[in-house]
Amino acid sequence: MGRPVAGADGAGADGGGGGVTGGAPAAVLEVRAVTKAYDGRPVLRGIDLAVAEHEAVVLIGASGSGKSTLLRCIDLLEDIDDGDVLLDGSAITDPAVDAVAARRRLGVVFQAFNLFPHLTVLENVVLAPVRAHGRARRQAAERALELLARFGLADRAASYPEQLSGGQQQRVAIVRALATSPRALLLDEVTSALDPELVGEVLSLVRELKDEGMTMLIATHEMSFAREVADEVCFLHQGRIVERGDPERIFTEPEREETRRFLRRLIEARRV
Amino acid sequence: MREAARRRRTRRGAVVSAVSTVVVLGGIAALVLTSQGWPSVRATFFSWADFKEAFPDVLRGFWLDVKLFVIVELVVLALGLLIALVRTTRAPALFPLRLVAAVFTDVMRGIPTILLVYLIGFGIPALQLSGLPTDPVVLGGLALSLSYSAYVAEVYRAGIESVSSGQRAAALAVGLTSRQTMRFVILPQAVRRVVPPLLNDFIALQKDVALISILGPQEAFRQAQIFASSNFNYTPLVAAALLYLCITIPMARWVDRLQARTARARTAAVAA
Repeated sequence: MGRPVAGADGAGADGGGGGVTGGAPAAVLEVRAVTKAYDGRPVLRGIDLAVAEHEAVVLIGASGSGKSTLLRCIDLLEDIDDGDVLLDGSAITDPAVDAVAARRRLGVVFQAFNLFPHLTVLENVVLAPVRAHGRARRQAAERALELLARFGLADRAASYPEQLSGGQQQRVAIVRALATSPRALLLDEVTSALDPELVGEVLSLVRELKDEGMTMLIATHEMSFAREVADEVCFLHQGRIVERGDPERIFTEPEREETRRFLRRLIEARRV
Repeated sequence: MREAARRRRTRRGAVVSAVSTVVVLGGIAALVLTSQGWPSVRATFFSWADFKEAFPDVLRGFWLDVKLFVIVELVVLALGLLIALVRTTRAPALFPLRLVAAVFTDVMRGIPTILLVYLIGFGIPALQLSGLPTDPVVLGGLALSLSYSAYVAEVYRAGIESVSSGQRAAALAVGLTSRQTMRFVILPQAVRRVVPPLLNDFIALQKDVALISILGPQEAFRQAQIFASSNFNYTPLVAAALLYLCITIPMARWVDRLQARTARARTAAVAA
């Protein structure tokens, strides 16, 4: 079995942890007082959170609560207005830090898959290892095929994205993000664009990653999945984390009225 | 039953269109051939003897057109892409360059091509600066290159901007630099989309090559003109026109086929 997926590089693994004082394990990913506004309209109003190694933190909240924006800010796809994002203890939002180098240590999976339509599945997966990490094409292809095979996609390596089902596309997108052995994976509502019958195959893949110890920050609307996979659940409301904690507690006895209302609405939506 | 009815209807459609074609074309032909001036038109525009006499010269001139067309086309493909890339970069340091590119496209597209050929063809030699080209073919080619680069740059730019922002985000997220994102992800998709409009511009360029005749080079139109004015017979112009059609019609059909294929691929992708 082993852990060929999570932190396979090992390079960054002890870099951050070494100098940390105190007993608590250093967080792989840390967000400190991050704020962000679009044209004066605040989207994130001071977000704090930390994801420790091998942990999965799940973000829940209504559409527009800031989940996607937060993930995009962490991957430096959006500039933040204030605060810090730390990866293995060093601030990647520091303007002096090379954003490209920071992004190479994170993996992102998008709601809309965003596979490269002009490339085959294999080429999609191999592009970053070869171009961004300077791996030899053959070696990268071997590892890509290995990953594809593990997630039941070996026979699709030569296909183009448009020839795949939505579920297969999203699984390929996850493999693409894993191919560079990221320190942490950011999943942005990865099942929201899928037909209901295809959600399961993608979620079970994410579960597998969790079991292998992948560090993940997950935004999702799938509450039973969140409950099952999360080490911590954060409820976002109007750009703030208004409640956080153990998934069991959040889902069974939420303290805040906003959380209760949100969960009630979700349950009602299911019944309709 | 229904099948037979459909066949009958198809057959009736074919008969109707054949009859109407014969009637319309026959009517026009009858009108032209019975017109009072037809005998003299036939003698001045469609004289076989003049055609045979002028054709070798016109063909030689046309060869110059073809050579110039190919060279200008290559220059335009490269220069147009360069301008489009400059106009779509976001780097603040390149703002002056972006401004220059924007002004260039506006000015070049705003001036009639024939005027540009005049201005460059007679203006640059008039400067009497050493080192500048004085060959009218080179100057004419330069004028055409500038004019068409502006059009083609806008075609490329439209293609680049038609690639969804998710593609850019995904490419950056896997760790590519902005330049790699453009080269490996955005441009391949953009160029594929703009091939048909690019070819349309090249059909136009193929014809506009004749504009350099005003600077004196003995290309097809010029040769035909010389012959026409010395023999008072316009048949060589018809010969030149036929030569142009030999190239532009196959190109037009090719564009149609490409466009049909793109449309088919798109519907197939949607259906899948």
